Amino acid sequence: MAEMDTSGGGHHKKGPGVKKAKKNSTRVDLTPMVDLGFLLITFFIFTTTMSQPTAFKLVLPKDTDKPEEQTKIKQSGALTILLGKDNNVFYYEGALVADASGTNFKASNFKDIRDVIIHKKQTTDTADFFIVVKPGNESTYKNFVDIFDEMNINLISRYALDNVTSDEEQLIERTEAAQGGK
Amino acid sequence: MARPKIPRKSTSVDMTAMCDVAFLLLSFFILTTKFKPSEAVPVNTPTSVASKIAPDKDVVMISLNNQGKVFLSTGDGTADKDTKEQIIREINTTKNLGLSNAEIGALKAAPFIGVSFAQLKQQAALTTSQMTGATLPGIPAQDTANNELIDWMRAVNTVYTGMDRIPNILMKGDNVAKYPVFKNIITAFKKNDFSKFQMVTNPESVPVGSELWKNPPKKVD
Repeated sequence: MAEMDTSGGGHHKKGPGVKKAKKNSTRVDLTPMVDLGFLLITFFIFTTTMSQPTAFKLVLPKDTDKPEEQTKIKQSGALTILLGKDNNVFYYEGALVADASGTNFKASNFKDIRDVIIHKKQTTDTADFFIVVKPGNESTYKNFVDIFDEMNINLISRYALDNVTSDEEQLIERTEAAQGGK
Repeated sequence: MARPKIPRKSTSVDMTAMCDVAFLLLSFFILTTKFKPSEAVPVNTPTSVASKIAPDKDVVMISLNNQGKVFLSTGDGTADKDTKEQIIREINTTKNLGLSNAEIGALKAAPFIGVSFAQLKQQAALTTSQMTGATLPGIPAQDTANNELIDWMRAVNTVYTGMDRIPNILMKGDNVAKYPVFKNIITAFKKNDFSKFQMVTNPESVPVGSELWKNPPKKVD
């Protein structure tokens, strides 16, 4: 055990009975420090942002009034997708037929629209295939991104953004009212 | 039988090496961590399969929050902040707002622009903590007749053309934001010949079996 040397300063002899002052070990127990280090590492691992936001590129054509500069599409290859409220999707192929015999205006949703797009893509000539997206006033930004994401997923290179016409708006309203009555 | 005495060894291990490793890893993580900047305008972005990381230089960002308010901001770098100052000066001259240098400086330091031209002086008087998406009205872009974003984008165009650079226009919209406001934003882009823009999204995995999944895009860096 450690002992205090209480003898005064006068005795400098180092005889055989004099005990040497015991040297304390310089070793420190590093275990708590390691604990602390790993705690901080865990903290920083968890706070590191893993997923950076990605950017999704969209190119818009310039608005033009000159008919010769406008993109011409064949009606047979066109698929028009309309976005309604509450994530409703409507579509029709070619021109809109709204006569008494029934319309080619169909309701769909975001799950099924991919199959519609794939089916249309497979059944039409690639050169004629064209998708027109018309987001309605009640649709949200998410719907917009989702539908253009479908274009990326299905590798569709020809698509356009357009405004909903009043005929289409009426059809959307009528269909939505019919769905609500179910 | 005489059993040989097994000498007892001390159970304490030298911790120095482990401590070294721990702190080496710690310093690595401290240096690589990039904290998510606190956003004055909280926006829940939609998800997409896009795999390109959003750029962080020459950024002009239009935020559209869940209430349909529109905010304009630039990147955080010093170069981008200087560009922002030039954009504000450009608006100041073209719209005769009569902003003082101090007010322009305050707007430059502000995280975003979120008021109409007439109220810019008032926004300059606010502190940064007072500027949030909830308190400020947003840049008027709700109706087509009074779309001030067109003028902002024109100023952006003028400044970037003067520097002979192309801005990265980022659109950051909220999931529930309605489409008509976004349409007005697109109009503002189109009127200034910004035909390309990027939408900030959260990454999402490509659906298995889809065409993109069969033909993944080649990485271009």
